[in-house]
Amino acid sequence: MIQIACPYCGPRDEAEFAYRGDATVHRPAEEAGFHDYVYARANPRGWHLEWWHHTGGCRAVLKVLRHTATHEVRAVGLPADRPEPPSA
Amino acid sequence: MSQPFRTAAGGHVDRAATLEFRFDGRALQGHPGDTLASALLANGVRLVGRSFKLHRPRGIFSAGVEEPNALAELRTGARREPNTRMTAIELHAGLEAASQNRFPSLRWDLMSLVGLLGPVLSAGFYYKTFMWPASFWERVYEPRIRAAAGLGRPATAPDPDHYEAMHVHCDVLVVGGGPAGLAAARAAGAAGARVMLCEQDFLFGGGLLLEPAQEAWRAETLAALATMPEVTLLPRTTVFGYYDANVLGAVERLADHLAEPPPHTPRQRYWTIRAGRVVLATGAHERLIAFPGNDRPGVMLAGAALAYLRRFGVRPGRRAVLFANNDAAYEAVFALQAAGLAVPGVVDARPDSAGIAAARARGIAVWAGAEVCGTAGGATLRGVRVRHRGGTGTDTLLACDLLCISGGINPAVHLASQSGTPLHWNERLAAHVPGAPVQAQLSVGAAAGVTGIAAAAADGARAGGGGIPLPDGPAQDATVAPIWEVRGRGKAFVDLQDDVTADDIRLAHREGFGHIEHAKRYTTHAMGTDQGKTGGLVGAAVLAAARGVPVESVGLPTFRPFATPVTWGAIAGHHVGRAYAPERRTPLHDWHLRHAAEFVEAGHWLRPAYYPGASDGDVWDSVLREARAVRRDVGICDVSTLGKIDVQGADAADFLDRVYANTLSTLPPGRARYGLMLREDGIAFDDGTVARLTPDRFLLSTTTANAAAVLAHLEFHLQTAWPELDVALASVTDQWAAMSVAGPRSRETLAPLIEGLDLSNDAFPFMAVADAVLNDGRGEICPVRLFRISFSGELAYEVATPAGHAEAVWKAILRAGAEFGIIPYGTEALGLLRIEKGHVAGAELNGQTTAADLGLARLCKKRGDYIGRALAQRPGLADPARPALVGLRPLHRSDRLRAGAHLVLPGGSDSLGWISSVTRGVALEGWIGLGFLRGGLGRAGTPLHAAFPLLGEAVEVEVVSPHFFDPENQRVRD
Amino acid sequence: MRYSGLRLLTQAFAGNTGWKPAWRDTAPKSSYDVVIVGGGGHGLATAYYLAREHGITNVAVLERGRIGLGNTGRNTTIIRSNYLLPENHNFYEWSLKLWEGLEQDLNYNAMVSQRGVLNLFHSDAARHAAARRGNAMRLDGIDAELLDRAQVAEFCPLIDLDNARFPVMGGLLQRRGGTARHDAVAWGFARAADRRGVDIIQECEVQGIETEGGRVTALRTSRGRIRAGRVGLAVAGSTSLLAGMAGFEVPIESHVLQAFVSEAVKPLVHAVITFGAGHFYISQSDKGGLVFGGGLDGWNSYAQRGNLPAVEHVFAAGVAMMPALSRLRALRSWGGMMDMTPDGSPIIGLTPIQGLTMTGGWCYGGFKATPGSGWCHAWTIAKGEPHPLNAAFTLDRFRQGRLLDERGAGPFAWAQ
Repeated sequence: MIQIACPYCGPRDEAEFAYRGDATVHRPAEEAGFHDYVYARANPRGWHLEWWHHTGGCRAVLKVLRHTATHEVRAVGLPADRPEPPSA
Repeated sequence: MSQPFRTAAGGHVDRAATLEFRFDGRALQGHPGDTLASALLANGVRLVGRSFKLHRPRGIFSAGVEEPNALAELRTGARREPNTRMTAIELHAGLEAASQNRFPSLRWDLMSLVGLLGPVLSAGFYYKTFMWPASFWERVYEPRIRAAAGLGRPATAPDPDHYEAMHVHCDVLVVGGGPAGLAAARAAGAAGARVMLCEQDFLFGGGLLLEPAQEAWRAETLAALATMPEVTLLPRTTVFGYYDANVLGAVERLADHLAEPPPHTPRQRYWTIRAGRVVLATGAHERLIAFPGNDRPGVMLAGAALAYLRRFGVRPGRRAVLFANNDAAYEAVFALQAAGLAVPGVVDARPDSAGIAAARARGIAVWAGAEVCGTAGGATLRGVRVRHRGGTGTDTLLACDLLCISGGINPAVHLASQSGTPLHWNERLAAHVPGAPVQAQLSVGAAAGVTGIAAAAADGARAGGGGIPLPDGPAQDATVAPIWEVRGRGKAFVDLQDDVTADDIRLAHREGFGHIEHAKRYTTHAMGTDQGKTGGLVGAAVLAAARGVPVESVGLPTFRPFATPVTWGAIAGHHVGRAYAPERRTPLHDWHLRHAAEFVEAGHWLRPAYYPGASDGDVWDSVLREARAVRRDVGICDVSTLGKIDVQGADAADFLDRVYANTLSTLPPGRARYGLMLREDGIAFDDGTVARLTPDRFLLSTTTANAAAVLAHLEFHLQTAWPELDVALASVTDQWAAMSVAGPRSRETLAPLIEGLDLSNDAFPFMAVADAVLNDGRGEICPVRLFRISFSGELAYEVATPAGHAEAVWKAILRAGAEFGIIPYGTEALGLLRIEKGHVAGAELNGQTTAADLGLARLCKKRGDYIGRALAQRPGLADPARPALVGLRPLHRSDRLRAGAHLVLPGGSDSLGWISSVTRGVALEGWIGLGFLRGGLGRAGTPLHAAFPLLGEAVEVEVVSPHFFDPENQRVRD
Repeated sequence: MRYSGLRLLTQAFAGNTGWKPAWRDTAPKSSYDVVIVGGGGHGLATAYYLAREHGITNVAVLERGRIGLGNTGRNTTIIRSNYLLPENHNFYEWSLKLWEGLEQDLNYNAMVSQRGVLNLFHSDAARHAAARRGNAMRLDGIDAELLDRAQVAEFCPLIDLDNARFPVMGGLLQRRGGTARHDAVAWGFARAADRRGVDIIQECEVQGIETEGGRVTALRTSRGRIRAGRVGLAVAGSTSLLAGMAGFEVPIESHVLQAFVSEAVKPLVHAVITFGAGHFYISQSDKGGLVFGGGLDGWNSYAQRGNLPAVEHVFAAGVAMMPALSRLRALRSWGGMMDMTPDGSPIIGLTPIQGLTMTGGWCYGGFKATPGSGWCHAWTIAKGEPHPLNAAFTLDRFRQGRLLDERGAGPFAWAQ
């Protein structure tokens, strides 16, 4: 079970959340960037910064650093946070 | 004589009580504490099954869940359960079990003639044949293969039992209640931890149950655990899977040891366990040796023979021989000798050992450096052939009816491996043991390769934090001199259930399937219900020998849930039948029920589809009646299920301009406006009404289906894309009931009820919004919010009230409208009315259409950013040749239109579009429909057919405006 | 060596010692005309059709591990062509026709069994959508039937019509859909390709893709550097990684999909049945196990394993659809790596790198496409341009707005 430590609610199971994918893509200011925003995905096998929406709880959108091969959750924060992947 | 093989005393069975049971229709007896397998052995029943492919006779091989052979159809009727391991079935009074996969009987199975084809039926044979003639595969070969395959017969009726689910957090989960597990649980419990101890057997103790000298420690430990309030003991509980973040799944069998569950008791309970740390004390499985004839009933694992004797008080035979490569296995044959069995000899693959010396000291003949190269007998063992290893020459026949075999032990690493713990090769055991765990977990006891009761208990206690009394006991040496296979004439099985032989493994390698995963799939080795617990590694070793590489380099197939098979229904739990998904009911649900509404599912909601009237013949009678009433007089419809979202803040108007395709910031307070939302990819997402209550406060409605998705969409953008905006959102769908009062008489109906609001057309025009009070004249004063919006195309008001007032308001309106002939109407009539008006709904907003497709391009802002604007301009979405919304009518008014029909040129088969919504009309004669057509209204006048090949129909249709009724919208503005 | 019943008999007399390897396990040459990366069904089929249809045999298939052990060895074995959009159903129908002759073509029994695929529906809206889909199929000459409630009951009496939370209203049936034995498909294509001269190189991981002037020139692998005239990628969930090596992007997220099998029982379910009130599908293998699955766990993963919430959804949906399943025992679960695209439809065709093509983005529907994907990919490689059947499955259709979204779910729908 992926467990996410919601800053407001504490550690909760993945079933309480809606996954919203890649958190490294940002809604662009200009038209040209929208294709990549909606469609381009780095899809790494490794550390992935992603959105999890706590729809079954406080409804905060959380930014999570999780490894896509081991499922380890390294950091959970709010949208303004910038968690760094561990070096090497 | 009843139970001729039962010992007079000893074991964990209650000889004072007798249980009657039936196996293959034969009446037999056993005792509480027996398994079906031990009771059968006590009665001298040796032949219990037939193997999967070759239908060879099979006997009881083990004493636990690793059993490959002894599978029963347990119970009858709706509770019948195939493939149930006899070694794990607790005997109860009246138990009924039958052997499987044989016809007409276990002793005389016609399908065993298949064995004559033995060499042809080698591994993978079915890939090389059954191809000719081509039609025969499905008509002839496959049905026969399917009928012969499978093992037991499943029940076909619904399951009468029920299952429940539990969730628990604990500090320490201990899996396995043998000496290591009991010690770990006691130590952790004594240190104050919240402990769960799960044991799949019905007794705690594991190997302790085989040692009378250890009974005191077992009892004392269980007693100590019982005094610890934070320790939970779960017997009959299989931990089947190890998932991320130390979450494990388990199934507890509450009632399988009874004829049927007591009333109000679930049969099984599915546990989701979230553990701080996990101690895996899952023990080990003894493994077989692949020698010719090793499948004959009477060949059994040495540890199992010891278990039957010591735990169940059953002699598994009269004359016993041991074939082993390790000292630990000797205990079985010494115990059997002490219990009165003849022991004609011991065959040890090693030239000498402590066990060999001990056997000789007891006067048992020993063949050292020798091997069993064959078995004799028909359906039961009568003797074994022994020869010296590495020599040529003759073999000797030893008469016996029980052969105890032991190729060593495999630590049960299933859960450790599932959790990501790497496995290392242990030379001494010639087996895999867990390495450094990835999750918070420790393997102890035999599961970690630490054998012997005293050593295992000490290992477990250490893991639990130490400080508890430990059992004494001799060390147990499980060191092996590996022997995996004995070559000779006859089939040497590595997988007893699926009939996979050592030759099959070599054949797989010969044909290029030398990787362990390929070999497994090609031969089906280790793919039976036992998943290779006793023979998996042996097959891998045969493969290694064929490849000329060490055993450990071959690896093993991936360990996956379910460590031992668990009942499907346990994981489904209570989410069955009507409880599969929750029911959402509107605040007016009970009123609808009392008035005989026919309900329809709208997602999880139940909504009235129509209200059958006394003189209505069929559904259309009701629907047309309701719709006519709305067009002619007045009707009332429960629209509470539409999503409602409260949007507040200084930037609320700006925010709505960004999420809607049309402009909302220009909406004056006290007015409402249609709102169209796009997805960021430019496709229409949802629509609804936006009402502005104050400059900083709006109320959005969404479709019923998309309410949750729209809320999440808005929250997501607010929190991640535009966190600087001063906006707060709240879902208020459940807080408000809403009802649509529609029809030419709707104003007259409401006016007398409403206080504080002038409902005249000038004061409260089309699209106005205001709060007011409804006074029903009988003492009910209800706050209401009125929206003069219309989906039906008639003069209409949506009346919203806090949910608690719903029924009072609804009934007040019905009373007030009675003189005008008011009736309730449901979703069917609602649909009819909106189709006549050409309003798009879910069938049109299907996630594939754009605003332009829907005829709503003119609504979209020309200036300013909004979600979807950029990508809606992509050529594929802006293409004017895309199918566009049209209205459709059959050329012959009596013809029927169907949703899902495709629009084609007469005689053509190229789809030019499709029909999305249809209804019979009340304002117009005959059927009408909405659809999408390449060329849109530009095709008005082109002859087209609505083709429905699924029913062999094609109807001539004409293309018209989708706004069939009052296209100028006069009636809503009246 | 040709396979047949007679061969089985003669070999049996020889103690089965005369069987030859099904395919050569060769070391790579230093260059090939075409290198296919990915030894799953799609890659092996591509190599086979290159040889068979186009006479291109100087071909290598590079497989990081052992052939057929990725998604090809993990799926629920369903084949069908019952798609709504013509670009999809015409492609899958061609694939289905290839399935129908496959065993004779490959001389390998892939156990293709066209026993029917029934999609249940539980609402008027779903019926209309099913009708739209079935009519679209029929207009293009593909078999489809609309069943009402009574006909569903007759087709499969185990389906719960009475006590259901979402009563069944009917179903869309494609009788020519069914199942095939997934491992046999990989092995059959491998053997047939090998017999035509294709080199199958296993335990060969591609670690770099070299290009020059925008054209692919060579692959750096764990077994040496291999020059290639043309390269075709067929790596499913690993597509982003390989594309990254070549320097282009693909709109793909890799997700885990779990699948399950029960203990083997006597025949219970004779067709492929899919639930309409939850994501669930089931069929019964010739060995007797019920093979079933449902939806994604719903988050990016390369781990090929999932968690309990998805398991619970699948099992509940199964019992809701067929109450008799309740007393069966689940034997094993596993997971694959799904290459999910934003519209749920695949990508077969050219990439921004000259000489480099790909077949990928199969989401969780790639198994049924195995022959069709291989056939179209081979055509694309041989001709340097897509065949009409895969012309719509372009990499750049997302830029163009020419999406092929069967269900209207939208981009990366689990994120919405």
